[in-house]
Amino acid sequence: MNYFLTEDQQMIKDLAARIAKEKIEPVAAEYDESEEFPHEIVEVLAKSDLFRVFIPEEYDGLGGGIFELSLVVEELSKACGGISLAYAASALGTIPIMLFGSEEQKKKYLPRLASGEILAAFALTEPDAGSDAAAVKTRATLENDHYIINGTKQWITNGGEAFIYTVIALTDPTRGVRGTSAILVEKGTPGFDFGKKENKMGIRGSTTRELIFQDARVPKENIVGRNGGGFLVAMKTFDQSRPGVAAQAVGIAAGALDKAVAYAHERHQFGKPISSFQAIQFMLADMATQVEAARALTYQAARTIDAGAKNVAKISAMAKVFASDVAMKVTTDAVQVFGGYGYMKEYPVEKMMRDAKITQIYEGTNQIQREIIGLQLIREVVKKKG
Amino acid sequence: METIRVIPDLCTGCRLCLKVCTYDAIDMIEKKAVINEKCTICGACVDVCKVDAILITRRFFKGQDTSAYSGISIYAEHHNCKLASVVPEIIGAARQLKKDLGKNISAILLGNKVKPLAEELISYGVDEVWLIDDPLIGDYAEDVQSDLVAQILVEKKPEIFLGGGTIMGRSLLPRAAAKILTGLTADCTELDIDDKNKLLRQTRPAFGGNIMATILCDKHRPQMATVRHKVMSEADKIEGYQGKIIDMAHIPIPEPTIEVLEFIREEGETVNLAEADFIVSGGRGLKDPKNFYLIEELAHELRGAVGASRAAVDAGWIPYSHQVGQTGKTVNPTIYVACGISGAIQHLAGMKSSDIIIAINSDSNAPIFDVAHYGIVGNLFEVIPEVVTQLKG
Amino acid sequence: MNIIVCIKQVPDTTNIKINPETNTLIRTGVESIINPFDMYALEEGLRLKEKHGGTVIVLSMGPPQVEQALREAISLGIDEAYLLSDRAFAGADTLATAYTLAAGIKKLGGADIILMGRQAIDGDTGQVGPGVAENLKLPHITDIRKIEEIDDGGNITVERMLEDGYLRLRTKLPVLLTVVKEINEPRLPSLKGKMAARKKEITTWIEEDLQVESDRIGLTGSPTQVMKIFTPPKPSGGKIFQGEIKEMVTQLITELRNAGIALGGRKEANGND
Repeated sequence: MNYFLTEDQQMIKDLAARIAKEKIEPVAAEYDESEEFPHEIVEVLAKSDLFRVFIPEEYDGLGGGIFELSLVVEELSKACGGISLAYAASALGTIPIMLFGSEEQKKKYLPRLASGEILAAFALTEPDAGSDAAAVKTRATLENDHYIINGTKQWITNGGEAFIYTVIALTDPTRGVRGTSAILVEKGTPGFDFGKKENKMGIRGSTTRELIFQDARVPKENIVGRNGGGFLVAMKTFDQSRPGVAAQAVGIAAGALDKAVAYAHERHQFGKPISSFQAIQFMLADMATQVEAARALTYQAARTIDAGAKNVAKISAMAKVFASDVAMKVTTDAVQVFGGYGYMKEYPVEKMMRDAKITQIYEGTNQIQREIIGLQLIREVVKKKG
Repeated sequence: METIRVIPDLCTGCRLCLKVCTYDAIDMIEKKAVINEKCTICGACVDVCKVDAILITRRFFKGQDTSAYSGISIYAEHHNCKLASVVPEIIGAARQLKKDLGKNISAILLGNKVKPLAEELISYGVDEVWLIDDPLIGDYAEDVQSDLVAQILVEKKPEIFLGGGTIMGRSLLPRAAAKILTGLTADCTELDIDDKNKLLRQTRPAFGGNIMATILCDKHRPQMATVRHKVMSEADKIEGYQGKIIDMAHIPIPEPTIEVLEFIREEGETVNLAEADFIVSGGRGLKDPKNFYLIEELAHELRGAVGASRAAVDAGWIPYSHQVGQTGKTVNPTIYVACGISGAIQHLAGMKSSDIIIAINSDSNAPIFDVAHYGIVGNLFEVIPEVVTQLKG
Repeated sequence: MNIIVCIKQVPDTTNIKINPETNTLIRTGVESIINPFDMYALEEGLRLKEKHGGTVIVLSMGPPQVEQALREAISLGIDEAYLLSDRAFAGADTLATAYTLAAGIKKLGGADIILMGRQAIDGDTGQVGPGVAENLKLPHITDIRKIEEIDDGGNITVERMLEDGYLRLRTKLPVLLTVVKEINEPRLPSLKGKMAARKKEITTWIEEDLQVESDRIGLTGSPTQVMKIFTPPKPSGGKIFQGEIKEMVTQLITELRNAGIALGGRKEANGND
């Protein structure tokens, strides 16, 4: 299937696919079981320059965009939706610096992120602030030249493994949502600690931890963007990162589809391969069509962002909500195609189904995504009328 | 000057040549075959062309006066005062050639305190041993030995020189061949004499064993070949066979360029299942974990890897890393021996692309026999030891 | 340290199938790849450079399409690539190939270490390495599984794989080594490497560029010729032996031996081992 990629894009996709097949696939089940952080895979990705893909050239990147990032995430996710997250979540943590960082901040962190020497993470969610992101309570109080940070962040991917964290904290409680700011916190900062590793249903090859701030002191230069602009940083970051989540979902779905098609060909019942039964054929056909549609929407969103379009919220929300719903459906169907074997941990598809679920929840639940799309549609109508 | 071309008038455009070319070197241009620059002149197309429309013209660099060369010579590899186990096989091959050529067999024996081996060589039917016994010649001193071999071959002029397809043989003989500018064919599985021209026909596998090639060394001498280990039958010893030991001590021994520090023996090396050429697998039919020693023994004998069916792994008889099948490893060996394995689809999924499947099972109805190339219906507790015994010779 | 790695582009023989009707090789869809053993040689060359400094050059002999293989080598981090390509080189057996490659290496000014894989997966001979070494009058060691150390005096200590163990050997540079897969784990290419590989200039030398005698190269310079190629008889499936155990086993082993299978094993003859 030709996706009309440029030579560079094809090269990036092929290399990511090769790493997925040769390095990730053989160990995916093991990491799912052990929940260990895949350091060896991160090293391979770093050495192959994959962390450079979406970072500008002047900071040692290769100058690609969200589209190239999505190509990588999709290929890696075909092999394991959990391990690919070490890469994808680091991208999520890198985007705020790229979009809103000062020149000093970019020079300080982007080259090290590009080389894969360090990883990044993004910290917004709290125990009482999920979809209601504005309800963050983590406080960052300015004291002379430093921010003193207190509070906890919950379910942060790459927590404990990343070096640089973009933390959304309340700098001015009186201003509500406009009182939040994005602040960079380095691992090792006194007063910045990590909670236990979460025991998750899926994406167990990724590491999820609580971040604990107890009078953590960071220089005031660590603010990203302007004071009070935290929410804006978060929203704009998510606008750009959603295709990445969509790509992860597409990858998981595509991986499950491939396994299901292969299995249907091998499994014989009633004297025939089950792929010769229409019931199975129709399921596989629907699965394949859904994956292709999800991919097309994801690519469209990514390309739109890279083209510099002003308003990308709707298309990127569409990609995320559609692809993640597809991933859930396709992986569930894949288990069904495998029948009893699909339910057994010995076979790879039950893991994919467990991995897919999170894509409908994080980086904005699919309910929030639908709200974004709905609001955008209304705005457009109002604009036309107005 | 063209060395290979198609005669357009004869070419019928049947495309047989195109189909057999592995280098993508033939194009069809206006319904005639045309050979392009990717051609390696392997000759496969010439063989297959039914109308002899493909012509290879060969020019040779100056060869030797072949009539001056006579006799069949072998390299007597040895270590620690014992002949290498390939040597009786090479002598066996040489004796077959002797029948067709009517020429004597000689052996080149180089080393320190190796004279007793000369007697042994003669007892295998060697007519002359060309010996250099000197402390300066180490067992593993290939650099010294390849030089001496070359010098002896130039002096003694055998028409054929054979060595073992061992690691050492496949390193030493090419060096010697390059010194005296003659042809060498590696790893032969068959050697015989062409009736008409009395040349040595050297047949050996290529392309990872997917094809066989028969090679000739027409104008250069000696015609050299290394012989694949464990394929040709060993020579029997001949009671009271008479042979001569010829001292070649007049040949100057060169300075060694490589220092042998030590040899470290390694036994019980685990063979990688995914890459193994030979795999022996055990299943439920073994009945008890302690019986896995049978599988290990046969695998060891074949220098192969040990595999297992899911049943054996689930029963805890052997670690999961050895499991072959849909949820284990997929393997692709030359030979897969399935012992006490019924042949469930899940197992077959992991090994059905093996080149040769051998099944040993006491149940003649076991589905494994449907996919096996060879099957032995019998009690594996008797069959496997018998196989090991016969392989050991 | 100057290193030259010789590589060969080969068809991917692990994926070759035989057409059961015509008994010929199915050539469609067979990729051209760098000989797998040579990948380990390239990796070792890169590691030596990382450890000792210097340059790594890749050299190959073949038709123009070999350029693709050389670019792949460059994407791993190889500094320069040279291709010996001329119709006159075609049809070379191992003697002529070794002669030609040696001429290329001489033109490059030689090297401290020349590396290549132990054998090519199409020819399966392993003869070119020793032949090149002889042409250059250098010591050679095959089947290297580890380079232990290279000291300041230019002495190199290596481990060479044997059937039943390994040898520790020492010699003085320059040397030619052929390597086995146990030696290292080849790296994957990097994106920057691939981009550089696209633009890198590859030098191609023809017969006139080298100091070679025209009757020593190509088909002309090859003492051995292929007389015929055929596909080995495959067991047609389903030969089930029944009856007396000893006889069954004998029949089976005979059949396998006749099919040219080397049933490699340890012989206890003559008290060996």
